[in-house]
Amino acid sequence: MDVLYHYYEGGGITVEGPSVLVRKQLGESFSVQAKYHVDTISGASIDVITTASPYREERTELAGTLDYLRGDTLLSVGIVTSDENDYKGRSFNIGVSQEVFAAMTTLSMGYVRGSDEIGRTGEPDFREELDRHSWRLGVTQVVSRNMLAELAFETITDKGFLNNPYRQVRYLDPESGRGYGFQAELYPRRRTSNAVALRARYHLPYRAAVHAEYRYFSDDWGIDAHSTRIGYTHATLPRVILDLQYRYYTQGAADFWSDLYPFRSAQNFLARDKELSRYDSHSVRMGVSYELFTARWAMFDRGTVNLTYDWITADYRDFRDLRVNVDVPGDEPTYSLSANVFQVFFSFWF
Amino acid sequence: MTRFMRCLQVLAITLTISACSGIQPWVQPYERDRLADPIMSFERDPVSAAYLQKLYDIREGARGASGGSGGGCGCN
Repeated sequence: MDVLYHYYEGGGITVEGPSVLVRKQLGESFSVQAKYHVDTISGASIDVITTASPYREERTELAGTLDYLRGDTLLSVGIVTSDENDYKGRSFNIGVSQEVFAAMTTLSMGYVRGSDEIGRTGEPDFREELDRHSWRLGVTQVVSRNMLAELAFETITDKGFLNNPYRQVRYLDPESGRGYGFQAELYPRRRTSNAVALRARYHLPYRAAVHAEYRYFSDDWGIDAHSTRIGYTHATLPRVILDLQYRYYTQGAADFWSDLYPFRSAQNFLARDKELSRYDSHSVRMGVSYELFTARWAMFDRGTVNLTYDWITADYRDFRDLRVNVDVPGDEPTYSLSANVFQVFFSFWF
Repeated sequence: MTRFMRCLQVLAITLTISACSGIQPWVQPYERDRLADPIMSFERDPVSAAYLQKLYDIREGARGASGGSGGGCGCN
């Protein structure tokens, strides 16, 4: 059982809430898992400040998974529901993994079908839908007595309403006092993306491990992204495990993205979301885990308390900060944000 | 998509060749004590990892292949 409290602060917003995961073995072959997660959002992001759009206030996620182990094969089925005042998400997932080659290799594959309903606060007649299919394939390999490696592929296709119902794009408008106007963003109604990742972990001669990961992403909107991660895990003192991790992420912009269009409805598709723009991000994570008791206590076999801190920065290359007034539209400085993420969680095994 | 399918074909061919080439497992079960150490897990804290991944997915254009695809070290 994991009980977690998370806190995110950055870019003008705060997101916090609990997350609880309970997993229970049922006999020799079955196990069930249930998860409850809440995000409570407050504050105003750069998008809210500059275009006066509303924002979601609370999201509740419920998930259930059933695992069936037979020999070297593990089958999993699960459902996930996510509810906000203006967004409902439902998904079903199924997965299978099989150990082969004297358990040196584990092959896994999975499929997720998602079906979302999108609304808009204050407009009860606004209702859009989004369907999502995701296929993934993974190979985990014992490389040596000290090293594990994993190769993963995932293809995701979306069909339906993909843009944010509140966000807007801006265009040059000489008749406006500030030199530009806003109109609703408009995305294509289909998106297909592919991602491939290679990750490895290596056990050092003492009780510590290093790990590295690279992921390449590409989609048919023209976004290419690379992310790399390196980390070090050190079991120090009798009951303490320390984690240190660095992640770098960089992406190009969607083909139809622009911070400032030359005129209203300048293209078939319009986007100014910073998430689809060209940017770089750096993250540093520090974590510590402490084993609370090593002998059985009450109903628990083991228990740990864990603290993690993540510092995330993002520097947008083309997305401009409209809070700054300038004489010529497009001369505003580019936007950047810095975020702090704290997690504290308890894990108990029973 | 073509590039992705080509990668899948290379992976399938590699697995087929390795399955037919008579290669023997080179790490025996009794040699996997280090691999079984929790610090070698790709996802030691699944709730925390899922939360952080969701945080990245919301803020980034990229998505998918982010871990949790299952599998382990064959240490049972």
